[in-house]
Amino acid sequence: MRRLLAILLENEAGALSRVIGLFAQRNYNIETLSVAPTEDPTLSRLTLSTEGDENRIEQITKHLNRLIEVVKVVDLTDGDHIERELMMIKVRATGEVRDEIKRASEIFRGQIIDVARDAYTIQLTGTSDKLDAFIRAMDEANILEVVRSGVSGVGRGEKILSL
Amino acid sequence: MSERLSGGEMLIRALQDEGVEHVFGYPGGAVLHIYDAIFKQQRIEHILVRHEQAATHMADGYARSTGKPGVVLVTSGPGATNAVTGIATAYMDSTPIIVISGQVPSGVIGTDAFQETDMVGVSRPVVKHSYLVRTASEIPQIVKEAFYIACSGRPGPVVIDVPKDATDPSVLFDYDHPQSVSLRSYAPATRGHRGQIKKAVDAMLGAKQPVIYAGGGVIQGDAAAPLTRLARRLGFPVTNTLMGLGGFPGDDDQFLGMLGMHGTFESNMAMHHADLIFAVGARFDDRVTNNPGKFAPEAKIVHLDIDPASISKIINADIPIVGPAAEALAEIDRVAERRLEADPDRLDRDALAAWWKRIGDWRDAHGLDHDQRHRSGLNGTLLPQQVVQAVYRATDGQAFVTSDVGQHQMFAAQYYKFAEPRRWINSGGLGTMGFGLPAAMGVQFAHPGRAVACITGEGSFMMNMQELSTCMQYALPIKIINLNNQALGMVKQWQDMQYGGRHSHSTYRDALPDFKALTESFGHVAYRIDALAELDDVMADVFGPKHKDDLVFVDAHIDPEEHVYPMAVKGGAMDDMVLERIDGRDDIREDV
Repeated sequence: MRRLLAILLENEAGALSRVIGLFAQRNYNIETLSVAPTEDPTLSRLTLSTEGDENRIEQITKHLNRLIEVVKVVDLTDGDHIERELMMIKVRATGEVRDEIKRASEIFRGQIIDVARDAYTIQLTGTSDKLDAFIRAMDEANILEVVRSGVSGVGRGEKILSL
Repeated sequence: MSERLSGGEMLIRALQDEGVEHVFGYPGGAVLHIYDAIFKQQRIEHILVRHEQAATHMADGYARSTGKPGVVLVTSGPGATNAVTGIATAYMDSTPIIVISGQVPSGVIGTDAFQETDMVGVSRPVVKHSYLVRTASEIPQIVKEAFYIACSGRPGPVVIDVPKDATDPSVLFDYDHPQSVSLRSYAPATRGHRGQIKKAVDAMLGAKQPVIYAGGGVIQGDAAAPLTRLARRLGFPVTNTLMGLGGFPGDDDQFLGMLGMHGTFESNMAMHHADLIFAVGARFDDRVTNNPGKFAPEAKIVHLDIDPASISKIINADIPIVGPAAEALAEIDRVAERRLEADPDRLDRDALAAWWKRIGDWRDAHGLDHDQRHRSGLNGTLLPQQVVQAVYRATDGQAFVTSDVGQHQMFAAQYYKFAEPRRWINSGGLGTMGFGLPAAMGVQFAHPGRAVACITGEGSFMMNMQELSTCMQYALPIKIINLNNQALGMVKQWQDMQYGGRHSHSTYRDALPDFKALTESFGHVAYRIDALAELDDVMADVFGPKHKDDLVFVDAHIDPEEHVYPMAVKGGAMDDMVLERIDGRDDIREDV
């Protein structure tokens, strides 16, 4: 089962490497990871997606909590939540394909953020599934480069993750 | 009133303020400023080791035998990496040590400078926490935090990596000893959940075939007294893990002995057939449970541990309690006392009596004192078990005993009946050969005048025997009992049992030194024993007034064919054990 963990972490040198190291050391998998400081510059927030059954997620959560610099861990998939990922995709756009790509991008509510003679760069935000669908909609031969941010997530409603 | 001190001086001063009396270390380029600060003070005694790994084991032995953190000081690069095995040893057994490693000056970190290693990176998977000092002014706070983290909650090693420029004697700072630590992200549990404790007591009082399974957490958590009180109140059998020996009196009738791979027949049988297992400060290690899928099929599991990550990691707990062992056990005992006062019949005493009867039958049939185990060695040769028993007799069971890793470790654990906690010092989790001698040295520094024995084997001993020189320098009267079977005994045993007796690289008979001459060359006293008849007389001398101030090495040449039994059958349940070697083959028990 795919799980999305939100982690508040001391914004200190080396703290991130402990989180990453824990996953490697205990043979847990990281599928996506996104991290940046929060409005409080002493804290970083990570969103991490991983695979595992109930037991494994419980172990991951407990071991994360054992790290001194981890302040809080929440499994967002336990409740209602919103998740988004950002993608920038560069596609070959020549001749009649150019219009086709523009239309597809509009359907997916993407934005063309860079235009070159033979290429478009499209920015797309949404769930990972939506980004996957857009990639499938493109002719594989036309895809030049894909850059994805990894998933970020937040709980729905008034629930917040804070100190 | 603050003083003006350099970074190096602040570091040593901060250690003094934490109450440190001994530092085990080895100098080198990156720590010379710190060593100069040590030279200029008297309150801390620095012990010059011969290898950094040994320094960490000394600090570890010091910590295990006292409960106070052990402190290590090593230089950068190889000094730091040599310390890693000892750090990992402390990590696996949850002992509080502080390792201060020198680092190249911060300006050249990352340039592959001479003796540079990313110590924080190298040690990361085996520390509870680590620090890289960025500016000297952080040093007092970092030291304070490091001691707090190492000693609180589930204890563990903490590394402080100190770049040389942070100890520069020409740059002075105001030194103040921080009074407190506040870490918003670290708050170990201080008491067990009251509701869970009540549930646990109710489950225990209803048990018909209970076992208390107590591990190293009872030792580390100073919980032997409340554990013993509770066990006596309930009349439940108690078994200890390798790490938990001494957590319950080893000569008590309620004690089943050690459990697990080389545990006693009765303890493993009781675990397998239990209807309730109360695990305290234990982690259901694979050396205990054997195949977790076949573990104690009927048992309800009550699990008390300070570390939530240990609970339901291997075996699912029906009633988990997170908390410090001493506090929670005392509370469990109070609740049990109240329940029993209100209704003495809450305990099913008939069922317990029947359970004890079964345990007694197991003990009589295959216990450690069974005749079969006391056969003489071939042609009157010594058996390792006899040597351990002789050490037990000669020390009245009162010695601190350290061990290395292998057969001798299991014989020591089986036959030295530890009456008190913190007397049995061994590397259980990591299984570090070379641990025994330096650990014994740390114990002796902490307990001058007390009997400290290191029960070892010639393979393990040779991994850190350079410390015999340190023992001479500091006049440490340790007694080293070398169970010499001229082979890597445990490896050889497995090869006998699982690899058709093909002894691949487990023997070196013709290449062994004369250990008596070897130890004597370091200036110590040595004996060699070959026969049972000499054993008790030699041990009486070794542990008697004659050698009160000497390090004595006893090279006991034992039956090289002896195996450790019982031994768990690979992949089996806890009641699947090989009990003895019959006619040269290992017999797998099929009945009971």
